[in-house]
Amino acid sequence: MVDQRTIRMQVLRYHPQRDERPAWQSYTVPFTDDTSILQALLYIKDEIDGTLSFRWSCRMAICGSCGMMINGKPRLACETFLRDLAADAVRIEALAHFPIERDLIVSVGEFVAKLESIKPYLIPKEPRALAAGEYLQTPAQLARYEQFSTCINCMLCYAACPEYGLNTDFTGPGVLALLHRYNADSRDGGRAERMPIVNAEEGVWSCMAVGYCSEVCPKQVDPAHAVNQNKAISAGDYFLHFLKPKHRPP
Amino acid sequence: MSDAAGARRPYVRSMRGWWRRDPFFARYMLREATSVAVLAYALVLTVGLVRLAQGEAAWNGWLAALRSPWAVLLHLLLFAAMVFHALSWFEIMPKTLPAIFIGGRRLSAATITRSGWAATVLASIALCALAWWWRS
Repeated sequence: MVDQRTIRMQVLRYHPQRDERPAWQSYTVPFTDDTSILQALLYIKDEIDGTLSFRWSCRMAICGSCGMMINGKPRLACETFLRDLAADAVRIEALAHFPIERDLIVSVGEFVAKLESIKPYLIPKEPRALAAGEYLQTPAQLARYEQFSTCINCMLCYAACPEYGLNTDFTGPGVLALLHRYNADSRDGGRAERMPIVNAEEGVWSCMAVGYCSEVCPKQVDPAHAVNQNKAISAGDYFLHFLKPKHRPP
Repeated sequence: MSDAAGARRPYVRSMRGWWRRDPFFARYMLREATSVAVLAYALVLTVGLVRLAQGEAAWNGWLAALRSPWAVLLHLLLFAAMVFHALSWFEIMPKTLPAIFIGGRRLSAATITRSGWAATVLASIALCALAWWWRS
């Protein structure tokens, strides 16, 4: 080992049965040019303190498990490298705006419930026999929703959304982006079932257009784009129901 | 399992001072604050309209008040705030429009922002030209 650099990592620790409130704990960790925050945390867990708790799985920015606040920014620990954080100390904290279960682990139940509520699957326009074959879609139709389909549910956008932090009833950027992904799909016929979620007070109208969700998204989903263009769609939906009273399902 | 559930005590962090937490949030708050400049402009114009309705002397008084150094300073500040307000809104404008495809290619966010500025510049020139034309 030629490279003997070390860095001080401050981690916000919280044990629900022992601690009244979270507190910072410092660890000194060796690192090289290719050490990610996730690897550094694994080093702490393996070599220094086995009680440190955090979620992780794929190590390559596709599972969406290791989102956390790194020097105050929502990032994936697996694709954030210590070499890029020029400082003598790195501060690691559980994802903002979510309740801390323990150490870097946050409660996800509410997020998952919202995710289920938007029916995140294709709802066919009409019953279709298997023998009818696959749905056809042009590249132009794919381009209408493709970017919104790459969400990995890492919840970084929620940690970047002050509106969600102030009011957790807000459906939030990630879930609304996924809702738009299905509504914008030419094969889908579930728009009328999803519009009440878009139109609700806690739907797109709760968004204050801060836009930080799109900045922090590791997959360039651009949730702010999905949410804000749905304000126009929601307004259109509202005025349309005056013209066509039967437009909405009972 | 029930023991584990009983051991849960999720800790909710405070949102106090949230807008100081990230420079992005501070900039957002600045954008929202500059809407006060929009209100101030509207008030100045409304007062002008009321003075106009009150007759020539009142109207000339309002015009004279606008020429005072304090009014000029206020308008310079309001103008700077308005420019920042427009800048920040044109920045976020691409988020509010559906994806626009021209000839199979998606119109970039930068192009949408620039067209906002182009429209502003054209409208400002047209307004100034109209005011100049009316004056003479």
